[in-house]
Amino acid sequence: MILSINIVENDIFNMLLIAAIYLGIFSVAGLFLVLLERKVAAWFQLRLGPNRVGPWGLLQTMADALKLVSKELTGTIKADKFLYNLAPYFVIISSLMALAVFPFTQEFQAFDINIGIFFLIAISSIGVIGILLGGWASNNKFALIGAMRSGVQTISYELSVGLSLVTMVLLTGTLQLSEIIEVQKSGWLIVQGHIPAIIAFMIYMIAGTAETNRAPFDMVEAESELGAGFHTEYSGMKFAYFFLAEFINMFIIAAIGTTVFFGGWLSPFGITESIPWLGIFWFLGKTFALVFLMMWFRWTFPRLRVDQLLTLEWKYLLPLNLLNIVLMALIVWLGLTIQI
Amino acid sequence: MERFIFYILAVILIVSAIASVSSKKMLRSVIYLLFTLCGIAGIYFLIDYNFLAAIQLTVYAGGIIVLIIFSVVLIHHIEMELEVAKLSKKIIVGLACAIGLGVFLTTIYSHQFNVVENYNSVTTEQIGLKLLSYEDGGFILPFEVISVLLLAAMIGAIVIAKGKKMEDGRPKSEVLNEDK
Repeated sequence: MILSINIVENDIFNMLLIAAIYLGIFSVAGLFLVLLERKVAAWFQLRLGPNRVGPWGLLQTMADALKLVSKELTGTIKADKFLYNLAPYFVIISSLMALAVFPFTQEFQAFDINIGIFFLIAISSIGVIGILLGGWASNNKFALIGAMRSGVQTISYELSVGLSLVTMVLLTGTLQLSEIIEVQKSGWLIVQGHIPAIIAFMIYMIAGTAETNRAPFDMVEAESELGAGFHTEYSGMKFAYFFLAEFINMFIIAAIGTTVFFGGWLSPFGITESIPWLGIFWFLGKTFALVFLMMWFRWTFPRLRVDQLLTLEWKYLLPLNLLNIVLMALIVWLGLTIQI
Repeated sequence: MERFIFYILAVILIVSAIASVSSKKMLRSVIYLLFTLCGIAGIYFLIDYNFLAAIQLTVYAGGIIVLIIFSVVLIHHIEMELEVAKLSKKIIVGLACAIGLGVFLTTIYSHQFNVVENYNSVTTEQIGLKLLSYEDGGFILPFEVISVLLLAAMIGAIVIAKGKKMEDGRPKSEVLNEDK
């Protein structure tokens, strides 16, 4: 809703067309991320993974999606129906809104807002409301515990995500995503900012994984203790919304990482600078490398306890992050950045 | 087009504000309040003041509403409903609202609002420079005062959360675990 307000200059038809294309691309992309996750999991556990539907199991998640669409929507009688039905839309809309601001190539960007990164942080802070609502309105104790854990976790780790991005904004001097990429024409920011940038990147990836509620931070839906966590009572398409939102959020975290640390659509050493449309492949390549990193985390580390999770954020990541900002400010002030 | 969007936002704002105070279920009221705050953010976006809109979304929608939801979820069960207020209370509140609305409307209609020509959107850089400037019209003093206030609030919260010193014979680690 808010997105469409800002591009009032375009006519309504164009707006709807762009929205429909984005929705189409990203719901299919989300499905293939699910497939990728299953393949990566199988690879890490020395299994084959999905391999029956289509070549190499490529159509497996499509079939799953069709199954979910055709399933009956069940719910509990004693749930708060209005909030119960509203919750999945909160989660999916807030994650889809974030997609609009990414510059996939120099031209391929739906909405170049001048507060880009800040907008992303603002939108991501709304998604958690959907999870809290879903957990409470289901009238199920496991769902409620899952939702409370999610709230605690997201509020805590949002700080680290925000502060590590602010560290990089010190280098760029702008919040607009297209200009951030422009700055990186003289070296990706992770190279320009060297030591503090690498620290910021590590903090960002840890906090980003925690914010998407993925293992090893999946306290929210810890299968062994909470059933399915906040979406225990959801079925069919409403469950699919939560599921899809989780994967799109993973893509968003990786895409922010790509844009801010690894030069977005810029090619390494400018090797394909003369062919601008190749930018999309570089962008997606880098993004999927980061997505793979997050999947690697998931299938490698065991789950944290709640107290360990909060200790990690408040006693280690946050102080480290604040020191890191001071260090980065000093480096920018003294002009010690590496410019290629 | 802009007028059209403004009216949509205004309807969302008014309807959800009324729903927020008239709903009998506490968490629903909070969600209607959230819609109101998002509508205000929408109006900021509409007048091209993106920074304030994002602040509105982060601080109010993402921060304060989440905290309110937390406190409601902790104390409120799904089957509880709020009591309907007594008629005398309703009349008093209605009168207070009418007086407030009257003050607002007379203020708005007694002033002439001029259309600003060639309006430039404020950038984040300008806001940052203004916030830290100590020259005329700079905001460094309020900025520092607010940061001291926040620090005091944070220390207060920690002192409250820390609780009493160990005297009832339990090991200290047990108390610490409870606090977390």
